[in-house]
Amino acid sequence: MSCTNKRHILEIDELSVSFLQYENSRSSRQIELPVISKLSVSVHEGEIVAVVGSSGSGKSLLAHAILGMLPYNARTGGKIYFNGELLTPEKIREYRGGRIAFVPQSTTYLDPLMKVGEQVRGGRNSSGGKDSGRGGRPSGGRRNDPERRKKQRALFARYGLSEETDAKYPFECSGGMTRRVLLTSALMGNPELIIADEPTPGMDLALAKKSMEDFRAFADEGKGVLLITHDIELALEVADRIAVFYAGTTIEEAPVSDFASEQLLRHPYTRALWRAMPQNGFQPLPGTQPYVKDMPAGCPFGPRCENYSRECAGEIPMQRVGCGTVRCVKYHGEPLAVHEHHA
Amino acid sequence: MLLEGKNLTFAYDRKKGNILTNVSLRIDSREPAAIVGPSGFGKTTLCKILSGYLRPQAGEVLLDGKPLPKKGCCPVQMVWQNPERAVNPRLRMRATLADGQQIEDRIIRELGIEEDWMNRYPQELSGGELQRFCIARALGRDTKFLIADEISTMLDMITQSQIWNFLLKETKERGIGLIVISHSEALLSRVAGRRLTF
Repeated sequence: MSCTNKRHILEIDELSVSFLQYENSRSSRQIELPVISKLSVSVHEGEIVAVVGSSGSGKSLLAHAILGMLPYNARTGGKIYFNGELLTPEKIREYRGGRIAFVPQSTTYLDPLMKVGEQVRGGRNSSGGKDSGRGGRPSGGRRNDPERRKKQRALFARYGLSEETDAKYPFECSGGMTRRVLLTSALMGNPELIIADEPTPGMDLALAKKSMEDFRAFADEGKGVLLITHDIELALEVADRIAVFYAGTTIEEAPVSDFASEQLLRHPYTRALWRAMPQNGFQPLPGTQPYVKDMPAGCPFGPRCENYSRECAGEIPMQRVGCGTVRCVKYHGEPLAVHEHHA
Repeated sequence: MLLEGKNLTFAYDRKKGNILTNVSLRIDSREPAAIVGPSGFGKTTLCKILSGYLRPQAGEVLLDGKPLPKKGCCPVQMVWQNPERAVNPRLRMRATLADGQQIEDRIIRELGIEEDWMNRYPQELSGGELQRFCIARALGRDTKFLIADEISTMLDMITQSQIWNFLLKETKERGIGLIVISHSEALLSRVAGRRLTF
């Protein structure tokens, strides 16, 4: 089985997401556009797992799918387990903001009409989202609780946000400041899982390192972090395992130690990614990721792969090879068995 | 060619003090240079001054001993960190590219820009695809210096190496000077010979 027998905090089994769209501006016919297909990823206790993929590959949608934040025209398939329990839409609503915290990518996720200090202290509405006030604002009691005030101040201070910042509105904060505010708001609660979507751009290196140390400390308490990023250098520095995302699916999941040399990696795309790093040769692989509208049959990497053969156009299952998993026909490992331990 | 900044002083708000005080630098087009320093120290501000987007309160920018031209395409071109904020959201990519005036087809082809992308709007392209347009746009006929301000931080490694391998070849062939800002030591050791430290 896997190389760790630790408890799963998050387990995603063949997640698919598609969007319904009008075919074109003149037609009323709707077509389904698959953006994530058969994605499998897991986070064990004490682990930081990085999902690494290029821009436009659908990484953010993964976070939104786990948290049930997709727009109305999205359809999802597959199963997500949290602590061994199937995450239904009701359960997601119950856990998010509490047991599952989210650090969003865009800096527009803050309430523009609320001072940031207050916003971070208030956090999730303690009554569970049924506040009578406008727009479900947190109740004043929670916001003014001295304990929470102390914690919020300490977190802000840790990230170099001065007392003045507490009273600022989001539009008065710089990009880097907003990132830090978003991060502190996730650390305010007492989550078991943090899902962080590109948390570091706009922060300088020292701050980015500090936030990664905090994720590390958080994970070391037996909790889990799912770090979604395009920055493989960052991922290699902090994560325990890396899931490589290509054209809407994970093609390989490998422990960070496998990135020490090209031979330890499995999928041809991961190897190309490794060779393209400035410290490993800086060799570009020609071409770009296929669009969802013209996705090839079978392996999405097929058209760019030098080992392409006819069997690559068929169904390609995820298989376990060594301490990682890979979706490539050239490997003959054990099939993945997510269902077994949830049966 | 030689790009010089002489005693550059700049403040966005004079009450809050100068961002740059008496900064001088000389960059030869034959040797790619990197500007390094922590964030918030005015690296981008310096680039904006060198490429004519901002005018310094004191000091001057000289290209081969002459000030930058006030009209026409600026010979010092800048490529920005966030391509989605460097293009007009209401223009199709073909029109955006036309801003660069006379971009050779060869550049478009070598950057991997596909014909199909030309008719799209910026929000219909990914960051890496958009950045290719921004680079092509900056490589017009009259470009003498190119300033790359963290142009590949939001790109994946493969796109980053595609873009940089192209840029290194292109600037070398045409004798275009290259000024690079990046926080990645590994990248800088590949692309820039000289370091200018803040």
